[in-house]
Amino acid sequence: MNMIRLLGASALIALAGAANAQFTDGVIKLGVINDMSSLYADISGPGALVAARMAVEDFGAAAKGMKVEIVGADHQNKPDVGAAIVRQWIDADKVDAIVDVPTSSVAFAVNDIVREKNKVLLISGAAASDLTGPRCSPNTVHWTYDTWALANGTGNAIVKTGGDSWFFLTADYAFGHALERDTAAVVTANGGKVLGQVRHPLNTADFSSFLLQAQASKAKIVGLANAGGDTTNSIKAAAEFGLVSGGQNLAGLLVFINDVHALGLRTAQGLIFTESFYWDRNDASRAFARRFAAAHRGNMPSMIQAGVYASVFHYLKALEALKADGNGKAVVDQMKAMPTDDPLFGKGTIRKDGRKIHDMYLVEVKKPAESKGPWDYYKIRATIPAAEAFRPMDKGGCPLVSG
Amino acid sequence: MVSFTVFGVPSQALFGQLLLGLINGSFYAMLSLGLAVIFGLLNIVNFAHGALYMTGAFVAWFLLQHLGIGYWYALILAPIVVGLLGAAIERFMLKRLHGLDHLYGLLLTFGLALIIQGLFRNEFGSSGQPYQIPDELRGGNNLGFMFLPNYRAWVVVASLIVCLGTWFIIERTKLGAYLRAATENATLVQAFGINVPRMITLTYGFGVALAAFAGVLAAPIYQVNPNMGADLIIVVFAVVVIGGMGSIMGSIVTGFMLGVIEGLTKVFYPEASNTMIFVIMAFVLLVRPQGLFGRTM
Repeated sequence: MNMIRLLGASALIALAGAANAQFTDGVIKLGVINDMSSLYADISGPGALVAARMAVEDFGAAAKGMKVEIVGADHQNKPDVGAAIVRQWIDADKVDAIVDVPTSSVAFAVNDIVREKNKVLLISGAAASDLTGPRCSPNTVHWTYDTWALANGTGNAIVKTGGDSWFFLTADYAFGHALERDTAAVVTANGGKVLGQVRHPLNTADFSSFLLQAQASKAKIVGLANAGGDTTNSIKAAAEFGLVSGGQNLAGLLVFINDVHALGLRTAQGLIFTESFYWDRNDASRAFARRFAAAHRGNMPSMIQAGVYASVFHYLKALEALKADGNGKAVVDQMKAMPTDDPLFGKGTIRKDGRKIHDMYLVEVKKPAESKGPWDYYKIRATIPAAEAFRPMDKGGCPLVSG
Repeated sequence: MVSFTVFGVPSQALFGQLLLGLINGSFYAMLSLGLAVIFGLLNIVNFAHGALYMTGAFVAWFLLQHLGIGYWYALILAPIVVGLLGAAIERFMLKRLHGLDHLYGLLLTFGLALIIQGLFRNEFGSSGQPYQIPDELRGGNNLGFMFLPNYRAWVVVASLIVCLGTWFIIERTKLGAYLRAATENATLVQAFGINVPRMITLTYGFGVALAAFAGVLAAPIYQVNPNMGADLIIVVFAVVVIGGMGSIMGSIVTGFMLGVIEGLTKVFYPEASNTMIFVIMAFVLLVRPQGLFGRTM
């Protein structure tokens, strides 16, 4: 009896193997690497793993005979840790695509490794616009957003309503520097002035000292070029130290719905910023969000988690068409050749420089009285059409475009 | 882009930063005081201190969120709850390590810290829960050189009272004398009819209650966040090392002093603000290994 079972099992394995012969070792293996435990864990973290699993399920990989495995890891926001894990994944564990990678400094390191090993990098969490600029790679797709798009959306809107002098509170690493640079460019291009900046270490608890410097600058707008826990701590301290009652205004350049949830509407109301995804935008996004929340402690998806879903979905489509996953550059070329279409970002394209193009949304946080309940947080003030939302390809300095 | 430097800091801005340094220093002082009490009297390097500080903040949040009990009661209740938890940890775990090398206590408390933080992170995520400033302490005063929120002023006052009170109890009362005597020679003190094991349990409970008190004070300023203690505890250990392990007054003074130094770093070279304390620690260890206020052992 046991013998028969064993034979049956072996036959099944052989069959599955035959169906997947075109994929390296018969398995498509995705590695989701991000901050699983610290200040970016709620906006990316374990929720990104949930989103990746949902994408594989919704794509119907199993029914199409594609065997997909997902592994996850915590890079602790350290480039060296991230690089070591990704090398191990590609060399020893046969991972075919690396997914998410928030924290731009880590993303840069991973970007180089993935290119060297000719695998695929699907970036959702990292923001630095250099990833599709001077550091662009034929193996990388940058999905959700970038610092140029944030600066373009939020910076433009604020300068045009009179916020023409700026002081930056900047996270002192690749992402913060890129966001500050891109926003400063938008501010000066629109006739505004940058009065100064202060660079704070990543993951700072107390911002009072930096806010005092921002207050002393007398700038009309204090731009927060940081993210996650750093942003929520800055906003809380700004409320406490009477920044707004002193005649200045805050511009959160990168704010996520989880940050608003953590702050509470009483503190976050009135903030204006740019997002590429809001769960309560249409039926498809709501349906996705409800399923996501059920699988992730009741939390609604952030745009990073939505981007992980959509990028994995499109990656699997490209593999289905290509019927091979060994050559990373060929897979990314296929992803660029096919128009994208998913329930969260709608129809879009991926440009030659690796930039995914879709609409962006300028949102305003509701007042407590306007909100119907938890997670009902945004009013969409404007839709920035895909064609204007991202940096024109010829302005980025990506060698893939010029060369 | 306009270039801008902050090296010509006006004196007004400097006063502001000094005051902010004192405020942050009060958290360092309260936490390092608890560590110093526990190390001085029990010889335990309590790595769970940060996790218990975080637990204190979460108890306050829980009291408000689920039982509607406000800030002022939480200031008393949270330290009691966490103190009892600490007493239980001492009674059932740390006690078994009595007489062994420091390293065992350090490993046990470090493991406990990881477990406690992991449990909270699993349940509440990493972005934290909001906790509002109590209405009585909203608003602030313009001091001319800076806007001082009332709540931050209260933090400095509360922390000074608690720190000096603790110092007084340990250094100037009969109870404190028993405690210090028990550290020197437990057997002899026991021979006088004092229940030393119970005293040790209560001391540990008191030490971690101090951490919980600091946690409640911190809750309205920062997010009530499972990582809040992990980020702070390393700095606080550096403070203890600089002040001298086990010195009560040393840890209070060093806490405030390093808060001020860190505040000044944030003006002159903000990028280095969270490494400055460790630079000082390395320097002190080189020049005066027993710490600024420590006695040579």
